[in-house]
Amino acid sequence: MELAVQIGQSVLNSLAYLGSLATLTARAGYYTVIAPFQGKPVRFQRAITQAMQVGVRCIPILSLITFFIGLILALQAAYELKKFGAINFVASAVAISMSRELGPLITAVVVIGRSGSSFAAEIGTMKVTEELDALETMAINPVQFLVTPKFIAMAVMLPCLTIWANAMGVLGGSIFGVTKAGFTFTSYINATTDALFLRDIVSGLIKSFMFGLTITAVGCQEGLTTGAGAEQVGRSTTSAVVVSIFLVILVDLVFTAIFYFLGGQ
Amino acid sequence: MSSPIAPPLQAAPAISLKNLRVSYGDREILHGVSFDVQQGETLVILGGSGSGKSTLLRTLVGLERPTSGEIWIKGKNLATISDEELDTLRRHMGMSFQGGALFGSMTVGENVALPLREHTKLEDPTIEIMLRLKLDQVGLSGYEDYYPSQLSGGMKKRAAVARALAMDPEILFFDEPSAGLDPIIAAGIDELIIELKKAFHMTIIVVTHELASAFLIADRMVLINKGEVVALGTPEEMKNSPHPRVRQFLDRIPEPAVSQELDYLQMLTEERHGQRR
Repeated sequence: MELAVQIGQSVLNSLAYLGSLATLTARAGYYTVIAPFQGKPVRFQRAITQAMQVGVRCIPILSLITFFIGLILALQAAYELKKFGAINFVASAVAISMSRELGPLITAVVVIGRSGSSFAAEIGTMKVTEELDALETMAINPVQFLVTPKFIAMAVMLPCLTIWANAMGVLGGSIFGVTKAGFTFTSYINATTDALFLRDIVSGLIKSFMFGLTITAVGCQEGLTTGAGAEQVGRSTTSAVVVSIFLVILVDLVFTAIFYFLGGQ
Repeated sequence: MSSPIAPPLQAAPAISLKNLRVSYGDREILHGVSFDVQQGETLVILGGSGSGKSTLLRTLVGLERPTSGEIWIKGKNLATISDEELDTLRRHMGMSFQGGALFGSMTVGENVALPLREHTKLEDPTIEIMLRLKLDQVGLSGYEDYYPSQLSGGMKKRAAVARALAMDPEILFFDEPSAGLDPIIAAGIDELIIELKKAFHMTIIVVTHELASAFLIADRMVLINKGEVVALGTPEEMKNSPHPRVRQFLDRIPEPAVSQELDYLQMLTEERHGQRR
């Protein structure tokens, strides 16, 4: 009985948390799409600064990681394909698994580590030092001023980063393809483009857009609900990372399932 | 935009509190607070830690919503006001926070200019001039390009005051203006408040527990204890007040140890009762 109550309670809490994420996303959406027509302009300057931070500065580390992931994929695929004498399928294996799944996912994980955590830390610190209260007393809405630019930056930059990540993954795979699977670089790229359909790339980009919204919502929500005291900022940051990773995987599952059943018909 | 029933006796008070109650969750912090603040007066809200004085200030600037009662500012009741009306009202109010609450990612100049950029359509050169004026008023000329982290505690407070002044508010709120400052710097902040009062005839509300500074700047003072108004009056009246709580606070007498067993029992049971509610 006790157990049932506890389970029920935690289910309710989780639903309430998801609700708060949805509300925050909807409010950011309002400030992006509707409010500009009511005389409240979008802070593009702040969005661009954020986009630099979450997007451009992320490229070096993301490139390195996805390059290695591409290489690992090629090695793992070749291990199995070699048994069937089908090692020349390594290019399409890398291309499809990168663009449909690993490109968006690895990008999201890197961005969670870099930006999701820093959103929570930044907003959480502002909460602790009364800066959020100060914004409110100046009649500046924190969601409009702080959160919305982050949503815009992430919603735009995550798909862009994912395209870049896909390219770097293919490049990583080509190292194996050229040295061990008898491809030339050109033939490897040709094999890749032959294997890919537009829907593979687009489905990955739709997922990465959803990942961007998820990461921003969790990071900002954790920051906004930080309790009093510096140690609470640390707690918010940690839970922003853990919850983001969990929810990104969940969103990934939902959308992969949707694409699977849509594509099957 | 005036309230239907205006008190006929004198100029309408700048702020009027009527039986104000505020709770955090189940716990009631303010149990029915009523007083008026006149136009152009400096009111100091005194009280010990946990007396509810900070909650009172947060409620006055609209950061907390009252559970019941009324707060009238410029003909609007903060208890029932809509978010948009509150935002309009806030352009006439300035708040200087205890730690300054300056935005760490912006320079002092950007901090002070922020309300102007957000709420006015002024051109950049005009904002630049107003910004210099505000910084000059608080004695921080030439510090536009410094970041808050590069300023001392006293300078941060001054910068925060400059930001609160940016929109030329009619009512200015201070949360613990001299907390955490050495006596000389704290005296400088007191001086600043007095100068602002003389120069602009603003209504100023200061929350503090620093007695020396309270007596220096106050036209009137109100003592809050356990969420209730204990005494309200001019500094003279407070000094001569026979009220035991006022005497205890002003003469800095520590809370008496619980001597009577019955009192102790009562205290324990009361607290239990309070928590259950």
